[in-house]
Amino acid sequence: MLSLGSGGGKPVKPSFVSYVTPEEIKSTERETSRKEKHPDLLPGEVVFCSTNPVLKYTQDDVSQRGIFGTLVCTNFRIAFVSDEAPSEEQAQLFKNKLYGENDIPLTCVDHIYGGYDEKKKLITGGLVRNKYPSKIIIHCKDLRVFQFSLTYAKEEEAKKIFQGIIHHSLEPKSLKCIFAFSYCEKATATPEIHRTPRTVMFDTVEDWTQEMKRTKGNCKVVSANENFSLSQKLPQFFIMPTAVLDEDMTKFEGKGLPIWCWSHHSGCALFKTASLPLMQEDGYSQAYKIYMERMLNAVAQTHLYSVKTEELSDTLPTIQDIQQSYSRFKQFFLIDNTTEFWLSDMKWFSSLENSGWLDIIRQCLQKAVEVVECLEKENTNVLIMEEAGSDLCCVISSLVQLMLDPYCRTLAGFQSLVQKEWVAGGHSFLDRCNHVHQKDKEFQSPVFLLFLECVWQLLQQHGPAFQFSETYLTVLSDSVHVPVFGTFLFNSPYHRATVMKNDSPQTQRGPLNCPEVWDWSLQFERKAQDLFTNPLYAEKPKQDKGARRTYRPKHQRQLSLPSSAFKTPPKKGFFKEETDSLKKMLRVKRISRWLHSPDSAQASTREFYEAWQRKPLDYHSLILPCLDGPAMRVWMQRYLRWIHEVQIFGGGAITVMSKLADLVGEVQELRRELERQACRADSNHQRAAASHRSSVRLSSSFPFATSRVWSFKPAIPTSLLQSLMITGGLADQDDEDGETLGVV
Amino acid sequence: MEKSGSTDSGECKPFSSRQPSVDSIASTSTCPSDRSSHLKPPVTHSSDALSTSTEVSLELQVGTSITTLGNCHKLAQEEPQLIPKESIQDIAKEVTYICPFSGAIRGTLSVTNYRLFFKCTDRDTAFALDLPLGVINRIEKIGGVSGRSEVSYGLVCKDMRNLRFAHKVQEGSFKKSIFEVLMKFAFPLSYGMEIFAFQYGQIFPESGWKVYDALSEYKRQGLPNESWRITKMNEHYELCDTYPATLVVPVTIPDEELKRVAAFRAKGRIPVLSWIHPESQATVTRCSQPMVGVNGKRSKDDEKYLQAIMDANAQSHKLFIFDARPSVNAAANKMKGGGYESEDAYQNAELVFLDIHNIHVMRESLRKLKEVVYPNIEESRWLSNLESTHWLEHIKLILAGALRIADKVESGRTSVVVHCSDGWDRTAQLTSLSMLMLDAHYRTLRGFQELVEKEWLSFGHRFQLRVGHGDRNHSDADRSPVFLQFIDCVWQMTRQFPSAFEFNEYFLITILDHLYSCLFGTFLGNSEQQRVKEELPERTVSLWSYINSQLEEFTNPLYVNYSNHVLFPVVSMRHLELWVGYYVRWNPRMRPQEPIHQRYKELLAKRAELQNRVEELQREVANRSGPSSEKAGSPTVAPVQT
Repeated sequence: MLSLGSGGGKPVKPSFVSYVTPEEIKSTERETSRKEKHPDLLPGEVVFCSTNPVLKYTQDDVSQRGIFGTLVCTNFRIAFVSDEAPSEEQAQLFKNKLYGENDIPLTCVDHIYGGYDEKKKLITGGLVRNKYPSKIIIHCKDLRVFQFSLTYAKEEEAKKIFQGIIHHSLEPKSLKCIFAFSYCEKATATPEIHRTPRTVMFDTVEDWTQEMKRTKGNCKVVSANENFSLSQKLPQFFIMPTAVLDEDMTKFEGKGLPIWCWSHHSGCALFKTASLPLMQEDGYSQAYKIYMERMLNAVAQTHLYSVKTEELSDTLPTIQDIQQSYSRFKQFFLIDNTTEFWLSDMKWFSSLENSGWLDIIRQCLQKAVEVVECLEKENTNVLIMEEAGSDLCCVISSLVQLMLDPYCRTLAGFQSLVQKEWVAGGHSFLDRCNHVHQKDKEFQSPVFLLFLECVWQLLQQHGPAFQFSETYLTVLSDSVHVPVFGTFLFNSPYHRATVMKNDSPQTQRGPLNCPEVWDWSLQFERKAQDLFTNPLYAEKPKQDKGARRTYRPKHQRQLSLPSSAFKTPPKKGFFKEETDSLKKMLRVKRISRWLHSPDSAQASTREFYEAWQRKPLDYHSLILPCLDGPAMRVWMQRYLRWIHEVQIFGGGAITVMSKLADLVGEVQELRRELERQACRADSNHQRAAASHRSSVRLSSSFPFATSRVWSFKPAIPTSLLQSLMITGGLADQDDEDGETLGVV
Repeated sequence: MEKSGSTDSGECKPFSSRQPSVDSIASTSTCPSDRSSHLKPPVTHSSDALSTSTEVSLELQVGTSITTLGNCHKLAQEEPQLIPKESIQDIAKEVTYICPFSGAIRGTLSVTNYRLFFKCTDRDTAFALDLPLGVINRIEKIGGVSGRSEVSYGLVCKDMRNLRFAHKVQEGSFKKSIFEVLMKFAFPLSYGMEIFAFQYGQIFPESGWKVYDALSEYKRQGLPNESWRITKMNEHYELCDTYPATLVVPVTIPDEELKRVAAFRAKGRIPVLSWIHPESQATVTRCSQPMVGVNGKRSKDDEKYLQAIMDANAQSHKLFIFDARPSVNAAANKMKGGGYESEDAYQNAELVFLDIHNIHVMRESLRKLKEVVYPNIEESRWLSNLESTHWLEHIKLILAGALRIADKVESGRTSVVVHCSDGWDRTAQLTSLSMLMLDAHYRTLRGFQELVEKEWLSFGHRFQLRVGHGDRNHSDADRSPVFLQFIDCVWQMTRQFPSAFEFNEYFLITILDHLYSCLFGTFLGNSEQQRVKEELPERTVSLWSYINSQLEEFTNPLYVNYSNHVLFPVVSMRHLELWVGYYVRWNPRMRPQEPIHQRYKELLAKRAELQNRVEELQREVANRSGPSSEKAGSPTVAPVQT
């Protein structure tokens, strides 16, 4: 797998053919291109070291050829600046303003390999003492693969840049060394353009109050943690069941407190909590138990005295499982050469299955559907818990809301959801992403990516229900590794507050302020941001009286009359007299336990799904994912975008999207034109002719990988023969000759 | 009531509420004069899979042709709505359908000379099952269930599902079981009867038999020209009885020589032109294997002929011969007198093997696929199970072969000769797919019909044998899903180029459904000669008549007509996927909530609406900016076809 060309024991045909010998290039190129070029630096960006000439292999070429340029390492990125004049054309269409297509933000580096002759070695950091490699291969977290040859530069320079890159992108460093801090000190605060509707940040009482109002919840907003005196894990403000007593709040540093996530229109609500260790039989445990019971009662009182609890770690994979599975999975897309690609194509499906990644996605969606079922069908409150309450709890609670609440499927709604559940919810982004390259990687895990993967599955199954596009999700997943934004940099709101508090007395400025990722104008021009919206999105109809659609109440409190006996409103005094038995019932009401086995949970989910499927389609109501094998797919855009062999020239989903987007864009352009003309009598005749991206010229990797050469050569698979060795009876028969076959 | 393939028929069709007596149903003409049925499509059981009404219960969706819509719901319709010349042959009450998705369902089973119709009676659901008898591959008695009083029958279908029924047998009754009646009408040829297509007499506004005319198709390609001529040598199918009457051959080869070439090619299937590149004049020609044999026989005429094909293309001094088979199999054919061209004998020719397996391997692969997808999918092992069927690998190899052909013709400007053993299975797949990549005309609704008529039907793909219409010999080794693979490959291409094809997925599914249904004459017979002899165009209805009578059902709303645009699909497993909408469509969970062609229609409407809006706004802009300004109404809408 890791061998280049040959290696790994078995002889593999070398995949590279060098048309120009290195010597030839050396003699011709050397003199002409001594001038080093540096990238346009961002505010606060400092160049550490640079080397010229370095050869960057062009990935979309089978040969060993490439382009010469300067390799630069700064406190923000590893950049390659070509000696040639930058190519214009379509490359500019989706240009990221912070880093170019040949730049790798330091936090985006995943693995670095050294190429020694024919061998490829993983570099783990530290000093590479005797031999520096002739080739440096960088695998990025956004799945790009770069290969640079260091053989053309002076030896000491090559050594220096190699050491520099290793040091700055692999060695542990302090959080303050992350580029965001240099950037936000120097960058002139760009006034954030408040697009309407804006992203709710959930850092004020008002945001939470507003959210509760929006969902018609009946809990209380708590500001006891304003100074993080209550808990360092919880946000400054949060919402809890009204019945939780003030003295109970301070008991276990916020652990065990049911934190409100969202209220269903029936009145029941979803809560999450960091679970208290209930297993041991000691004094503490008893106290925990009594405490938890009180908490459960408090939750139950929110709606119809019913609650179900779910310990997520009982049924879902651990964060280590997630990390391991993803490591296996991403290998299929970090392709070094064509031979490797076609070889791996043969066992594609089973490799995919063995990675387990799709199965983890399915499990999360499945769990979310179970919770949705409780809220939607059973009308019971749900309390999900896990140890810290900020990993899978975030995944599940956000997914539940995406399925149930159409607002979360709008762009602003989705961003607010991420703020609410993930950023304010205290997901340990710093540890999970390992931005500071801690050697101990046990906390590293792509939990947020897992969530985006689940969202992508929902998006591809129910496209018109989402206002944002696949491209948006892909860009968001990339942005996690761009060390400019504060959004994904910290472990909790407390962590953020302490780090951002200006601890150096010499600077007179106020607390630091990192930009938020939601300010997309920092990364993309307006035009490029248009690709974030889904042209297929079914706008919410004003007043849908369509014959096909039946009226279904959304977010309105209605008097629902639950069917089962347990949920019928208790008689007066019922709760008081029956407290103990109710508590017992409550305790056993774990979703998975109650359903005996995961199999029956699946069966129940299926039934729920099928019942939903029979209902008329309504994109502004509940959506559920299909979880059957063929429905779980690979997020092609994210994973295949840089692989030249699988770029469909003139094809891919983008042809459809761009077509629709063009039409929609044209309508908007014309409308704007009309408005403009309405204001000014003398109109500007230069009507911007809606620029049609000719979708014939786009490839399936659009807008990401931009192919400089429009390829008219199809990728013909090699190693076809090995792929299907079918021998034996049937294969040896002659098919065409009916007469001879009669005897067989 | 037959469904017109859409769910918007919320209103009750007049005849749906009619409760005809058994007598009147038994008569063969239920509604010959019914004007409303004139334009009504025949039963398309596929449509139901895709278009299950939203009001219909889940179990219903398993079946086909749902009868209850709107007000009709209350009326128990135990009998099917018949099409012209269809008559009920037997009805059995108290039959149990053992549905793999929702358990046993009790109801009434009717068998006509065209279909099997099962209607649930014991539930408050509107479950119905409606399938043409043609899809039945095999009927087997599974044996007595719970003692002597019940018998159980299994129906293995060609369209990826199995059905199981059980019913009581009255003791001492001499009445035949309904399944014995079913057997007769499902396999009419085995019982000395005629296939239903010969009775069905629906009239459509245009005749699909006229869709393809060889001469005008060649004319469209610019033929004849200075290098290629049209020969009438095969007018009476004497040169080759599996070839069409009209053939295009190199100008330099006179008719007498064609006979000698035919003698050297298996079944007399000489190399003839399928497609010519409008600019480079590079051609795709097809034929069968040369009769080389163990002794390496040579034919000067054949060698000269291939040289003539090469010379007809001035741009290249090379010729590629694509042998679809794995080289081992090609070599093994020498034992039977066949073989492949040796590069010594054919100067300037390069032989390439495409490693596509034979019909038996393909049949076995599909059988395994059915096991994996029907009725239930093992979730945790889905991908490895899918891989173990090799189905997609075969698809990949076929597409890769076609891609190499298209690449040689387009990028290499080189002419190619394609053959397998007889040149009517793998060769048809390869030529038609490469033509689909090379020529945008074949990606239109009518162009695709021409492609099927030309490369498959006229060049003698043996549909009768490969499908086994009306024949009960289900284990016949000649059966193979060759055409299904071709349609699957087309579907893979439509997935990769969603706006390059004028037709939609429903079109492809409809073609496959009627490949088996025996309702139309299109896929009957093995060759053009047979079809002419049997007078199929006169005596049966063409599938294209039906399809062309309601094109909007089959139109891809996202189609953009790029002329002269060559499609090179990516043939990596990463981009190939199982066609769930066809192979897994009986699984109710795998079905979209909204029927797919309903969505197509909505999108078509949306597109038209947007287009109107654009035009409207452009007019307004033009008007407002006044006469002094230049015309704003540049045709920016041009790329979209309406």
